[in-house]
Amino acid sequence: MTGFNRRTAVATLGALAMLSAVPALAQDYPTRAITIIVPFAAGGPTDVVTRLVSEHMSKTLGQPIVVENVVGAGGTTGATRAARATNDGYTLIMGHVGTHAASVALYPKLAYDPRTDFEPIALINGAAIVVAAKKDLPPKDFKEFVAYLKANEAKLNQAHAGVGAVSYITCELLNGIVGIKPVGVPFQGTGPAMNALVAGQVDYMCDQITNVVPQVNGGTIKAYAVAIPERSASLPDTPTSAEGGLPSYQASAWNALFAPKGTPKAIVEKLNAAAAKALDDEKVIARMKELGNDIPKPEQRKSEALGKLVKDEVEKWGKFLKPVG
Amino acid sequence: MTDLFGNLALGFNTVFQFIDWTIPLLGVTIPIPVNILLCLIGALVGTLVGVLPGIGTVATVAMLLPITFGLPPVGALIMLAGIYYGAQYGGSTTSILVNIPGEAGSVVTTLDGHQMAKQGRAGPALAIAAIGSFFAGCVATILIALLGAPLTKFALQFGPAEYFSLMTLGLVFAVVLAKGSVLKAIAMIVFGLLLSMVGSDLETGASRLAFNIPELADGLGFATVAMGVFGFAEIIRNLDAGAEKGRELVQQKVTGLMPTVADLLAAAPAIGRGTMLGSILGILPGGGAVISSFAAYTFEKKISNNPSQFGKGSIKGVAAPESANNAAAQTSFIPLLTLGIPPNAVMALMVGAMTIHGIVPGPQVMQKQPELVWGMIASMWIGNLMLLVINLPLVGIWVQLLRVPYHLLYPCIVIFCAIGIYSVNNAPADVIMAGAFGLVGYWLIKHDFEPAPLLLGMVLGPLMEENLRRAMLISRGDATVFLTRPLSAALLAVSLALLILTFLPMLRKKREEVFVESEN
Repeated sequence: MTGFNRRTAVATLGALAMLSAVPALAQDYPTRAITIIVPFAAGGPTDVVTRLVSEHMSKTLGQPIVVENVVGAGGTTGATRAARATNDGYTLIMGHVGTHAASVALYPKLAYDPRTDFEPIALINGAAIVVAAKKDLPPKDFKEFVAYLKANEAKLNQAHAGVGAVSYITCELLNGIVGIKPVGVPFQGTGPAMNALVAGQVDYMCDQITNVVPQVNGGTIKAYAVAIPERSASLPDTPTSAEGGLPSYQASAWNALFAPKGTPKAIVEKLNAAAAKALDDEKVIARMKELGNDIPKPEQRKSEALGKLVKDEVEKWGKFLKPVG
Repeated sequence: MTDLFGNLALGFNTVFQFIDWTIPLLGVTIPIPVNILLCLIGALVGTLVGVLPGIGTVATVAMLLPITFGLPPVGALIMLAGIYYGAQYGGSTTSILVNIPGEAGSVVTTLDGHQMAKQGRAGPALAIAAIGSFFAGCVATILIALLGAPLTKFALQFGPAEYFSLMTLGLVFAVVLAKGSVLKAIAMIVFGLLLSMVGSDLETGASRLAFNIPELADGLGFATVAMGVFGFAEIIRNLDAGAEKGRELVQQKVTGLMPTVADLLAAAPAIGRGTMLGSILGILPGGGAVISSFAAYTFEKKISNNPSQFGKGSIKGVAAPESANNAAAQTSFIPLLTLGIPPNAVMALMVGAMTIHGIVPGPQVMQKQPELVWGMIASMWIGNLMLLVINLPLVGIWVQLLRVPYHLLYPCIVIFCAIGIYSVNNAPADVIMAGAFGLVGYWLIKHDFEPAPLLLGMVLGPLMEENLRRAMLISRGDATVFLTRPLSAALLAVSLALLILTFLPMLRKKREEVFVESEN
């Protein structure tokens, strides 16, 4: 290695460093690939939704979008990383009801605040929460089920996919509203929890509609209610929680796009428009529907609406969730 | 029966589907067997993943998942499945050659496999692992096709109490497979159990034994500890004075590449029994597949006329666990194909691949997606054949690797291990931890503690704890549940019987005959 080579190398590196240090102008944005952090494993519900939408968004924005799965600590590892990322619009996060709402109540030592450390971009989807039970549980409808919960509190076993998981927080909400404290049986993920429900080892669980529909259609479990305002097209015969007499039980596993705090407004608007456009695409809509997802209405897609949703949700979960650990 | 043939025909039709593909620029259209090609790619990648220490199937499938989004769903799943069972073939390679297990299922293979390599019989060991895996794969594929549905019902009988008892049996296996001191083996199992406690409490989410280190919050990874106590520790040990001489001996001694007729005759019954055990245990979601290789090894050692041969390079000690882990890898698809419930992390990723294509698997997946299910089953048989064809010729090349001088081979292994560990979570801290475990492992080797029981304790620990707590939660703290449920009671009885069988000779002071199997 001669001095000349080394000098050239240093100069080149320096030039590269300077290039990347030039602040990206909002009107040119994006000039390079955008990374969306998914704080959960590849193949999970949040990951699938992110890939569906980001594929369309990258066409609109004219730059590739890289999905990076940063897993750990119930999604808060990835959210923490996103909160600390450079706020130039090139690192975003697909947050969800756990990382960007319930986490505030669950983890008092959380390294970020979903209300203040992020710029909300757009709500992407909501997956209704379904109250499901083993197929031979006696109650015939949701009203009977709620009465059954109250009467048999001591002998009921409720499955969930681990403290902090969607299936955990949404059933805590149900139990809190009904006013019972059943035994919560933890499983490693929704797969094993569903397996236990199918086998009849546990009595009931709350889970995202995507996981529940095939089992309900196959007759291995039964669904009592969907915890959203209107019936879902994927489970048309299952009443809503309001129809069943428990209108205050509303829960949805939503996913939404966020940028780190301080990301320029123009960039946030550009991303919001790209996301909204993706949600109008027929192919994206069809896929989302197949998975049982609700697509937010135009007024729900605004970044201000997402900001408000996060505030409301943090408050809602704060009422019923206790810190873990 | 006619149904079965019809279904299999549908499956093979799917696998042998040709798609016309126009070569760009030339304008010539040729039919391409897409699914066969994808199966081949999966098998090749799987072999590679298995061979490269530290790079696990979960990480690989997760990395390749986005690629499959552009493929037709059947082809994508055929490829991902190929990676999964291909890794079981490859996993034995490093176990045998350099005493580093590539996958949890091939930890036991190090015991006799590496001994065979030391005796210059790496070729037969690798070959018998491939042959055993092929046989097991074929049998298990037929089982899936024939008995998938009834076997699912059996698996659903397994509740938390039964799993706990099964894990207890697994730990007893770990005691039995020990070569040297039983006391030391128990110490290692307990150490492994303790390591498995690091992380978050399942029930409350409280942080345990993590000392406020965020990297420890999700627990210690299997790859991190395995690469440390096997990989790095083995390398440090080989740097000891005198090791080079021993290795030269190994290089000179390399004899035939293929097993002799005597080898095959000795291994055949072990392959059969391993396949049987693996097929049954593989159906049980979570842990079944890992236990199967330990169970098969223990079973062989127990029924052998000459148990002292085990741990000294017995070909049965390679054939049985390798057949078992491959059979289990195949039958572990049953819950996914019949119930639509993924039994482990790799299958959960496959479900992710299906959902992205709009297929959400459920109990009706066989009726609604017959092409997918039967195509996958048929592809498994073809995939296993491909793996045999890939792996047998490779034996010669792998054995040549033993001739690579130390100072070249070992830095490469260290680098591959480090990359593998890093790739699991993209976490540099994991690599540092593996280094620390390397030092721990070296100390253990120097004091005649075996790392295999430690790893088994670590793998089974969380399953055991989770199921114990689930069972106790469901029974409201009534511990008799383990004895009142017949399956659970039977498993505990077998554990007890095995323990008595292990300790009886000791009590009769005939320990020399059975237990003096330690190599100085």
